[in-house]
Amino acid sequence: MFAHETILHRLKHGCQTMAFPDGPPPALPDRHGGTLWVDSAKCAEGCNACVPVCPTQAITRPSGSPVALDLGKCIFCAACVEVCPTKAITQTGKHSMAVRRREDLLLGKPGEEELRLAVALDEKLKKLFGRSLRLRQVSAGGCNACESDVNVLGTIGWDLSRFGIQFVASPRHADGLLITGAVSRNMELALKKTYDAVPSPKLVIAVGACAIAGGPFIGNPQILNGASSVVPVDLFIPGCPPHPLTILDGLLRLLGNIPKCAHRD
Amino acid sequence: MNSICEFLLLSNGASVPWADVPEWPADEFVAATAAELERGGRLCAWFGVPENSATRLVAVIAFDSENTLAIGRSAPVTKSYPSLTLRHPQAHLFEREVWEQHGLVPEGHPWLKPVRRQNGGFPANGKFFKVDGGEIHEVAVGPVHAGIIEPGHFRFQCNGEEVLHLEIALGYQHRGVEEALAGGPHRATMCQMETVAGDTTIGHATAYATILESLAGTEAPLRAQWLRAIALELERLANHTGDLGALANDVAFLPTSAACGKIRGDFLNLTALLCGNRFGRGLIRPGGCQHDLETERAAQLLAKLRVALAEVNQAAEWLWESNSVRARFEFTGTISAVQAAEIGLVGVAARASGLVRDVRFDHPAGWHRFAPVPVAVWPDGDVLARARVRWLEIQRSAKFIEEQLAAPAEGEMFADAGSPGSDTLSVALVEGWRGEVCHVALTDSAGKFRRYKIVDASFHNWTGLELAMRGQAISDFPICNKSFNLSYCGFDL
Repeated sequence: MFAHETILHRLKHGCQTMAFPDGPPPALPDRHGGTLWVDSAKCAEGCNACVPVCPTQAITRPSGSPVALDLGKCIFCAACVEVCPTKAITQTGKHSMAVRRREDLLLGKPGEEELRLAVALDEKLKKLFGRSLRLRQVSAGGCNACESDVNVLGTIGWDLSRFGIQFVASPRHADGLLITGAVSRNMELALKKTYDAVPSPKLVIAVGACAIAGGPFIGNPQILNGASSVVPVDLFIPGCPPHPLTILDGLLRLLGNIPKCAHRD
Repeated sequence: MNSICEFLLLSNGASVPWADVPEWPADEFVAATAAELERGGRLCAWFGVPENSATRLVAVIAFDSENTLAIGRSAPVTKSYPSLTLRHPQAHLFEREVWEQHGLVPEGHPWLKPVRRQNGGFPANGKFFKVDGGEIHEVAVGPVHAGIIEPGHFRFQCNGEEVLHLEIALGYQHRGVEEALAGGPHRATMCQMETVAGDTTIGHATAYATILESLAGTEAPLRAQWLRAIALELERLANHTGDLGALANDVAFLPTSAACGKIRGDFLNLTALLCGNRFGRGLIRPGGCQHDLETERAAQLLAKLRVALAEVNQAAEWLWESNSVRARFEFTGTISAVQAAEIGLVGVAARASGLVRDVRFDHPAGWHRFAPVPVAVWPDGDVLARARVRWLEIQRSAKFIEEQLAAPAEGEMFADAGSPGSDTLSVALVEGWRGEVCHVALTDSAGKFRRYKIVDASFHNWTGLELAMRGQAISDFPICNKSFNLSYCGFDL
C-alpha cells in the first residue's frame, strides 16, 4: 500500500533534478543581484560614499587611488550599490563568482571591473579528480548557512553526485576539504589536523565570505579571518552564503566541467 | 528575601531605566531568584554586568502563564556567590558562563567548567565526567563530524551499547559575538546579528531590531512587523521541513528524506523571494524592513507556499504511516515534562514534552500582539513527539502566513528607529524555529552598548539532548540529535 503510493508519487513527479549545466541554470531570485561590477572610472571626484556603509570594510578608497572592492570580504548587502551616486558599483545578476586566486576577487582597477573567474585544474589534477572528487567538509566558525547551502547540493534537485562529487565522512577518504566559517581560534587545531589527514595531492575550497576573509566577524580576535590563515586555498567562492548555484558553478569550473554555453553565465 | 524589594515586571520588547532594576546583596539575590523560579518562573537569562572591578548579576525571568517578564540584579560582587544551580538545574550553564566571563565562582556548583573559552587552537573543555568499571568504555566524537555539520565534541560513557552518560563540550564555533558588541552598535553589528545562528537569521535579527527600537522608544511600522512575522514562519517552515527529512534519513527512510530535502529548499526560496537571500539576510533592519511584499509578490508567495505545503504533507504522511519509522521514533530519547521544566527546555523540545511554552503565545510582541499563534504540544517527550510538534507547526505556520497575506498591514515598511536611550535595559524574546531567542541590552550613559547578552534556544536545550541519551543505545544518537537539531554557533557565540 505504502510502497505503491510512493512509487506512484515518484512516477508522477518524474526526475526532479535540474537540467543545469546542460540546460539553463535556475533563475536567481530577482532581489539577489548576483555578483558586482566595479568601474572606478565612474567614481565622482573625491566621493567616498560607499566606504563607510560597507559593514565588512570590503571597500577602500585611499586618496588619489581608485575605489577598490574586495569581493572576498563582501557579504552582498548592496549598501554600496544603493549609496553610489554615479553607479560605479552595480549588480550584474550573474551567479558565477568562484576564483582560483585571492587577488582575482579585487575589483575596481581599469580592466579589473569584474571577477577573474576560476580556471580549471591542470591536466594532471583534472585527470585525478575530474570524474571523482571526494570532499571532507569542515565548518570552522560557520553560522550554518554556508553549510546548509552546501548540503542542499546533495538533494534531488541539484544531485551533486552526478558530477562525481561527494562528501565523505573521513579526511582519509577525501581528495580535499571544503571549508566554511571564519576559522575560529577554537577550530584551528581541528582544521590543521583534518587537512594533514587528507592524502596528497589535495584541494582546499573556501566557501563563503567568512572562509575567505572572516565575513561579518572580520577582525574579531577570536577568529583567524578565513581558511588561508591555516591552509592553502585552491578555490574561493564568495557570498553570505553563496547561492547553491554559485557553489556548484565553482566546483564545476574547478573540474573543468562547465560547458561552453554556461561560461557566459 | 527583602519583602519590599520585588523583581521589576516588564513585557517582551520593553525597556526600563537601569536604575529602576531592583537590587539585592548577592546571596539574597540568588535566594530571591530561586523563589521566583519556584513560583513558576523560568530563567531566560542570567549574566554579569561589569562595574568597576566587580560584577553585577542580572536575572531575566519569564512567567509564561502571566505573560510577563521579571528582572532583578545583585549588588556588585567580586569573588563568589552561592550557586543557584543547586536549587535550579536550569541555571547550570549560565553560572558556568558567568564564571568564565567574569571570574565569579558559584559556590557549590556541581560541575563548574568552561563553556567556550579559548585554549590555544581548541576550547578549554576541562575534565569529562567518567564512569568507572571494567565493562565501561568511552566514545569520543568530534569536533569534526561525519556530515556537513558544525563542530562540537560528544563524550559518551557506555556499557556495551547502552549510554550511561553523555557530556557535550562545545565552544569550537566561538567567534566573539558578544565581545564585539561592547560599545556598539557598530557598522558590522547588524550583519553579525544575522549570523549569530545563520539558520535563525530572522529570529535573531528580529530580536536585535526590537531591542534597538525599544531602546530608542520607537517601534517599527506595523507593516514591517507584519512582514517580520511572515518571515519568521517561513524560516520555521524551511527548518522544520529539513528536520523531518533529516530524521527520515537517519532511519534510512528515503522517500521522505529525499522529498523534504528539496521542499526545504523551496521554502528557503520563498524567503529569497522576499529579500533575495535564502536565509533572510538584509530583510530586517532597526526601524523596519528593507524590502516590501507587494501585492503581486504576495500572490506569488502564496501560490508557491501552497504547492510546497501540499508536498510536505505528502512526505510527512509517508513518515507517519511507516511502521518501521514509528518503531525507531517511539520511546526513543524520552524527556519527561518534569525533566524538561527542571532543565529549562524551550521551543520544540519543550512542547514535545508537553510544556505549553511558546514566546509567540506567552509573550506576544510585534505583530503577534494582533495575530496570535496557537501552541503545538505533544506529550510524549520522545523523538516521535519532537517530529510531531514540527509537523504540527508546519501546518500552523503555513496557515498563519495564509491568514496574514489575506489581511496585510498597510503603511510604510521603514521609519527611522531613532537613537538608543542612555542607561537603559531592554529585553526582546522571539520564538525562533528552535525555540526562544533572548536578547538583553544595557546601554551606557552615551547610549552605547555597555552589555549585550544573547541566549539562543540551543543554550537551554543541549542539556536536553544529554539527558535524552541516558539509557539509550548509542546507535540512536543520530536520531536523538536530529530530533533536537541544536545550533553550535548560536551556543558558542
